[in-house]
Amino acid sequence: MTVDVKAERKALIEEVLKEYPEKTAKKRAKHLNVYEEGKPDCGVKSNVKSIPGVMTVRGCAYAGAKGVVWGPVKDMVHVSHGPVGCGHYSWSQRRNYSTGTMGVNSWVTMQVTSDFQEKDIVFGGDKKLDKLINEIETLFPLNNGVSVMSECPIGLIGDDIEAVAKKKAKEIGKIVAPVRCEGFRGVSQSLGHHIANDVMRDYVVDKAAGKEFDGTPYDVVIVGDYNIGGDAWASRILLEEMGLRVIAQWSGDASVAEMERGSKAKLNLIHCYRSMNYICRHMEEKYGIPWIEYNFFGPTQIAKSLRAIAEQFDDKIKEGAERVIAKYQPMADAVLAKYKPRLQGKRIMLYVGGLRPRHVADAYGDLGMEVIGTGYEFAHGDDYQRTTNYIKDGTLVYDDVSEFELEKFIERLQPDLVGSGIKEKYGTQKMGVPFRQLHSWDYSGPYHGYDGFAIFSRDMDLAVNSPVWGLTKAPWKAA
Amino acid sequence: MSALRQIAFYGKGGIGKSTTSQNTLAALSDLGQKILIVGCDPKADSTRLILHAKAQDTVLSLAAEAGSVEDLELEDVLKTGYKNIRCVESGGPEPGVGCAGRGVITSINFLEENGAYDGIDYVSYDVLGDVVCGGFAMPIRENKAQEIYIVMSGEMMAMYAANNISKGILKYASTGGVRLGGLICNERQTDKELELAEALAKKLNSKLIHFVPRDNIVQHAELRRMTVIEYAPESKQADEYRQLAKKIHENGGKGTIPTPITMEELEELLMEFGIMQKEDESIIGKAAHA
Repeated sequence: MTVDVKAERKALIEEVLKEYPEKTAKKRAKHLNVYEEGKPDCGVKSNVKSIPGVMTVRGCAYAGAKGVVWGPVKDMVHVSHGPVGCGHYSWSQRRNYSTGTMGVNSWVTMQVTSDFQEKDIVFGGDKKLDKLINEIETLFPLNNGVSVMSECPIGLIGDDIEAVAKKKAKEIGKIVAPVRCEGFRGVSQSLGHHIANDVMRDYVVDKAAGKEFDGTPYDVVIVGDYNIGGDAWASRILLEEMGLRVIAQWSGDASVAEMERGSKAKLNLIHCYRSMNYICRHMEEKYGIPWIEYNFFGPTQIAKSLRAIAEQFDDKIKEGAERVIAKYQPMADAVLAKYKPRLQGKRIMLYVGGLRPRHVADAYGDLGMEVIGTGYEFAHGDDYQRTTNYIKDGTLVYDDVSEFELEKFIERLQPDLVGSGIKEKYGTQKMGVPFRQLHSWDYSGPYHGYDGFAIFSRDMDLAVNSPVWGLTKAPWKAA
Repeated sequence: MSALRQIAFYGKGGIGKSTTSQNTLAALSDLGQKILIVGCDPKADSTRLILHAKAQDTVLSLAAEAGSVEDLELEDVLKTGYKNIRCVESGGPEPGVGCAGRGVITSINFLEENGAYDGIDYVSYDVLGDVVCGGFAMPIRENKAQEIYIVMSGEMMAMYAANNISKGILKYASTGGVRLGGLICNERQTDKELELAEALAKKLNSKLIHFVPRDNIVQHAELRRMTVIEYAPESKQADEYRQLAKKIHENGGKGTIPTPITMEELEELLMEFGIMQKEDESIIGKAAHA
């Protein structure tokens, strides 16, 4: 990166900050930076409260606990405990695919809520929760448990959902997990992930640790893959083909049985570090299970990850990894042959959630594209350390970026593609800049694994090279 | 009919708010005023002397039975007692569960929407001891009560509570127009009680509207679930309450914006009257046998 470009980007940060009142500018300045090669992190502050008055796209603890971590567990009924809105307006927002029959043995796409009314606030809702769990048992006898996802009012009025959960678990003989993920807790959805991990530890993993299990030396668990558009499935086949046995997927398309197998793995493979590192650390401390981070975006990282995973096993698996890479590389080469010429040299800006602001960088790199700016909604310091392995010198880094800042950055850097979420999508497109949603894969996917890379490449080409972008100039300005 | 007057009684728990307010309101009804009492305490004991009842069914308990407040009719919750005084108890959850503050808000909204205030001269809110959360400030907020009467005594904690309540009134005085009507001193026979109460009232930019002397006849009446006005109308104590009622009646529109004081100022006041000695800083934190 030339010194000029870096200075230009630093000036851009200054320009954006100038629009703020002094106090705000001082605070936001710590979250924006131009990455210097060789530094141990991205030089930005993270995981602190958003500044009032600037638009943030962050979610809440409930979003992190229900939407991300617990929601995908398919054979449990996840209750949005509180008034109807939280559950209703977040209904099916994450595209975590699952098998099974809705309402019979899978409830992922259902919205179950205790629908708090005024009297439940005034008199407390514990009795209602008790009744609700009975109704769930009657309506859905094949459920393997209930999670109680606490909304804000539950915490405000101090309902004792733990006591209800304990009583009901005894009565129905299934898991009843109280999750204290009130939205006012913490600064973003990140605390919700942590709370959800802790409940999973206390109410599922540790309780099931004594259960009999027929293990093999090749048992692994996929952790932190939520099967968006089928991601976990596209990952699983690679692991299985190299000779490993995937005994659980956490938590995309997961079942209670899989969650209970947590303590039996030989190795935990973690994709989304931010949302599920907590449980990996616990299983390492308590059961001595090692864990390894991997990245299944794009052929470079896939091959690297397969080899790193294989390193933890015997020669049979190492050979398996090579076999898998050899099998799929021609397919990846064909994809690159087709799309790389169309995407070579294009510049992309990212703003996403847990792992993608760094994990997808090399997939774009494989296609000849360059990440010029990236940032996270709810990352912590360790995420920004890890990011340095992926980004180039001079990359613009923005933490918890406001709508205003991002818009300015896009306007001035004029990337060829922006990868972010639904809230950023239409504003960006109206600026005449191509866009792909990188939370939901824009109703496409999977993007993980070799199969996913083919779809990923096609989608990026569709966005960047769509003829529609040639029509954005107003005719009266043509002359 | 004159314009509706809305008043509220606040004060430290156990100071005698409910007793004072019911006696005063009974006296006001003797003056021909049509009165509605709204009890805003989960204990629901604001109307027992008027109704001769232990505790009336509350808005919230009936709402919980029926499903929601929308399922209630005004007749279900409104009871009539001494001299046609109308009584409502807001009620609330049992201690330790739910949110009583939200209950107060729910009840008052219900009463307003269903015309409980129609054809009434006075609405009186009797609110639980401390304004612990936003719900209990409801009668102060949003132009509900115009004048707040704080029941207090010469005891330090009662004065402390009176000062705190003044802070609450001040907070909403600019937005809602609520005013401090005055202090009512319920005699506890502490040293220089009258002077102290008057001095505090002055500090708060208010006045001591009445000094209610202690009389055991109040207790006799209470045991019969009656006000003194009804139990012993000829008694001296009944006369005191009639005086208070008259003063409150004539006090309409004369409330003030309070000027709450700091804890230090309050302590200084007590020292001024010799109630409290100046703190000896040298003894703080020292054990008996050091």
